[in-house]
Amino acid sequence: MAVLIYTENAGGKFKKSTFEAISYARAIADETGTTLTAISIGDVDPGELALPGKYGTDKVLHVCNGQLKNFINQAYASVIAEAAKKENADIVVLSNSFSGRGLAPRIAVKLDAGLADGVISLPEISGSQFRVKKTAFSGKAFAIFELTSAKKVISLSPNAYQVVEKHAEGKIEEFIPELKPTDFKALVKEVIQSADKVSLPDAEIVVSGGRGLKGPENWGMLEELASLLGAATACSKPVSDAGWRSHSEHVGQTGITVSPNLYIAVGISGAIQHLAGVSSSKVIVVINKDPEAPFFKVADYGIVGDAFEVVPKLIAAVKEYKASA
Amino acid sequence: MKILVCISNVPDTTTKITFTDNNTQFNTNGVQFILNPYDEIALARAIELTEGGKGTVTVINVGEVSTEPTIRKALAIGADDAVRINAKPHDAWFVAKQIASYIQQNSYDLVLTGRESIDYNGSKVAGMLGELLDIPSVSIIKKLDIEGDLAVVEREIEGGKEILSIQLPFVAGAAEGVAEPKIPNMRGIMSARTKPLAVVEPVEVSTNLTFSGFEIPAARGQVKLIPTDDSASLIGLLHTEARVI
Ligand SMILES: Cc1cc2nc3c(=O)[nH]c(=O)nc-3n(C[C@H](O)[C@H](O)[C@H](O)COP(=O)(O)OP(=O)(O)OC[C@H]3O[C@@H](n4cnc5c(N)ncnc54)[C@H](O)[C@@H]3O)c2cc1C
Ligand SMILES: Nc1ncnc2c1ncn2[C@@H]1O[C@H](COP(=O)(O)O)[C@@H](O)[C@H]1O
Repeated sequence: MAVLIYTENAGGKFKKSTFEAISYARAIADETGTTLTAISIGDVDPGELALPGKYGTDKVLHVCNGQLKNFINQAYASVIAEAAKKENADIVVLSNSFSGRGLAPRIAVKLDAGLADGVISLPEISGSQFRVKKTAFSGKAFAIFELTSAKKVISLSPNAYQVVEKHAEGKIEEFIPELKPTDFKALVKEVIQSADKVSLPDAEIVVSGGRGLKGPENWGMLEELASLLGAATACSKPVSDAGWRSHSEHVGQTGITVSPNLYIAVGISGAIQHLAGVSSSKVIVVINKDPEAPFFKVADYGIVGDAFEVVPKLIAAVKEYKASA
Repeated sequence: MKILVCISNVPDTTTKITFTDNNTQFNTNGVQFILNPYDEIALARAIELTEGGKGTVTVINVGEVSTEPTIRKALAIGADDAVRINAKPHDAWFVAKQIASYIQQNSYDLVLTGRESIDYNGSKVAGMLGELLDIPSVSIIKKLDIEGDLAVVEREIEGGKEILSIQLPFVAGAAEGVAEPKIPNMRGIMSARTKPLAVVEPVEVSTNLTFSGFEIPAARGQVKLIPTDDSASLIGLLHTEARVI
């Protein structure tokens, strides 16, 4: 028995969501009295492979193969499933990132495992019962279900579990998988990363703007506030529909779902389709000149006022706070 | 080219979600069901790709007879024919097994799903289908073009995107950007009534997951309003009280 965690990297570095998933997987391994093995595929910076050990990983399988340099869903799923079999892992943990969403269902089918996707807390384990919880109905409810299969695949929502340092050996082993040519029918031609920006789905703080900002030329102040806070920027759907911002920033029912520690909504009315993508944020701040805006009903802090007056004040206050910190 | 579009029938986001039987059953009473918004995007792209006699679009749904209005809507939008697998969609695994079994008997060049169904937001069906059929799958795509038996797709990744080249057949989950949803016109609505809708009985599937129940999230406390003149104090509160910065 063992728990296997897939450690995803971006540009050679493990992601924050990976450390969350390692900590989560460690807690499950402790609860079930087994060991934790990590698997890393593709190019990671030398030195990175030592990090899983700091968060409780007993063993790190390192797959280094030119053909697996870029993410190939089908091939990566085969490699992870093969590692799970070799390690005799009955639980495989991934983070519910864009890549994780591609991998988890394939791995579950390969291992004949039940799949708990996008879980938000540790499983409740008692005897052979294994219960997990996830958000459903666009954040309007939680669904609780039980995995009844012997093998289980779990993908963890970003920002749902706290990273915990815990020393373990983290012994690095090369793992040489068997590659099937039929797993390489999809090939990555190009990877385009928007430089220097905090990635929206992983961000701990999100500064988001709506139609109340009037036009793309007014985003400078949101960018400034975001960069001071180390935040990602986001927007409402009409804003990206109008081409003021890119579609990759649009959050909500038809866009990205975020669950940051802090979501700051500026000039967004708070339509239900928008809330669907942000309601699991831990703290919500709403800045809107209309005191009747529905967003205030789900906010923790609110400022009724003109964004063009309020945001510059916030920028000044953050600068002051940073200078004194 | 033969395209299969998987469609799900989901509660409209704007309807109120409630549960019965001690929070174990979703209360469908008074709930407005719609064609899953992402599936509408997938369908729209499938229609564009086959326009002008270049192919056919079949929609498939795993659902009971109550889902037929949603299937007819897809036909009205422009699908050529439809299949309903006559069963309650227990979970993604059940749905994927049904659809995979149908595809194995009626091959398709391309299978499209939505990126996720807006009820359980799983993003599971596309990957499971890919694995069951042993073909490539991409869970969330933002763009899809086809040239012969090769497709170019854009996949979303954290903080960027990836351009992939994929051999047909494959499965992909459509998201915003792939196409603009199409609104049915009068001719579509009229012809939808007579387009073929085949009803197929389900195959046997062993389950690996059971629902235990639901919880309604705790309501957020009352919003703390900060006077505009005192906006700056928000930053202090976020640090000392909310502890998020
Ligand atoms: C099927 C479907 C799916 C959808 N999916 C999404 C989705 O994923 N994401 C999404 O966001 N929307 C989505 N929508 C659209 C959604 O219903 C709303 O129309 C949208 O969220 C409104 O965007 P907004 O708040 O930016 O604009 P508005 O509703 O126009 O609100 C602008 C707000 O700005 C305030 N304001 C104006 N000027 C100022 C100022 N100077 N200072 C401060 N405040 C100001 C106003 O009081 C108002 O509250 C969807 C709709 C449908 C039908
Ligand atoms: N009952 C169903 N019948 C047909 N297709 C479905 C069904 N449920 C889900 N799908 C498809 O799978 C996609 C992803 O759903 P999910 O994995 O449940 O998030 C949806 O967008 C649909 O395209």
